[in-house]
Amino acid sequence: MDNLIMLAFSAFIIENIILTQFLGICPFLGVSTKRSSALGMGMAVIFVMLISSSVTWLLYKYVLEAFSIEYMRTIVFILVIASLVQMVETFLKKVSPPLYKALGIYLPLITTNCAVLGVAILNISKEHNFLEMLVYTTFIGLGFLFVMYIFSMLREKLDFAPVPKAFKGAPIALVIAAILAIIFSRFGGII
Amino acid sequence: MSNKENFFKGIIKENPLFVSLLGMCPSLAVTTSLENAIGMTLGVFFVLVLSNFIISLIMSNKKLAELVKPVRIPVYIVVIATLVTIVEMVMHAYLPSLFFSLGVFIPLIVVNCIILGRAEAFASENKPVDSVIDGVGMALGYGLAIMLISIFREFLGKGTLTVWGDFQINLTFIFDFLKIEPIAMFVQPVGAFLTFGLILAAITAIANNHKNKLAKKVANNG
Repeated sequence: MDNLIMLAFSAFIIENIILTQFLGICPFLGVSTKRSSALGMGMAVIFVMLISSSVTWLLYKYVLEAFSIEYMRTIVFILVIASLVQMVETFLKKVSPPLYKALGIYLPLITTNCAVLGVAILNISKEHNFLEMLVYTTFIGLGFLFVMYIFSMLREKLDFAPVPKAFKGAPIALVIAAILAIIFSRFGGII
Repeated sequence: MSNKENFFKGIIKENPLFVSLLGMCPSLAVTTSLENAIGMTLGVFFVLVLSNFIISLIMSNKKLAELVKPVRIPVYIVVIATLVTIVEMVMHAYLPSLFFSLGVFIPLIVVNCIILGRAEAFASENKPVDSVIDGVGMALGYGLAIMLISIFREFLGKGTLTVWGDFQINLTFIFDFLKIEPIAMFVQPVGAFLTFGLILAAITAIANNHKNKLAKKVANNG
């Protein structure tokens, strides 16, 4: 149990997916201009990450490893994720229109989000068992949502700030991300 | 467009990293040392050039193109993923230390937007030779950009420049001369965001300056 709590905490803050592992930077800069879109994107990422990590984990353990074709990992994972995203989109459209309305526009963007493929691969290379995989993926996703949300609030304020001309847009966003990263790197001392 | 323009547009005018902001994740993560950046460049170069070549071969064949068109994105992804797997296996066998320091970012070349972006925007509509030239230019542009970031980060963070394996340029005497320590922050994640942000701002400033000058020239002439 202690192990799982430790894993959850380090996945959430210390190994934060955006600020220390640099996965999912594109949505981090692209869709963080408004709070609502940051929330929507974060939710969609958690949702897809959980489903795709579970499926790829099972596939890896029971198909790829069983037939010792581990080198097919990259091809299989990306195809599974791409088709899963498509399936989730169709399924949500049919079953839960309100949820589709909230997450729908972010789903196609997620296929090329390196965070989803990255976490699926990290779960394999860190040799997590199924329960650890679930905990790790959930908290990595929550960490993504958390940082996205904080960052979107900062960027909303930034719209009213006098920013030097050359820094407008991406450069100032990156500098702010650097300041956030300083804060998050200090959490490393807790464990 | 002449071959020369086609080649150089990837390096300056349409630089994938600094102008279009594509492929950000690996460029922040692997730039802790110059060696890692060079390794990443080699991987991206191989995948981008060959994927551009193969995809433009497929799409310039009329019959095949018609067949592939409705499912072209999955087809592109399979081509790219195959090439990435080749890079992964070759690196694991011949450059194990580089393989482990790049880690998860080698398989993640698959979802690098530059490669899929060039496939969709250029290779699918142009001849194989042009696509290869475009791929070489884009890969070099990306490579030079991440090497620039890594030079700043490694020099400021450790005072050294590791080019390849044991071949290392030691510049710590500059820090000794100034009687300060290297700023370790720059090899940590913080440094990645900060360096990239500042370089981007500098490039925007230079570009704006250039544009103003051009505008003035036009105004004077008119």
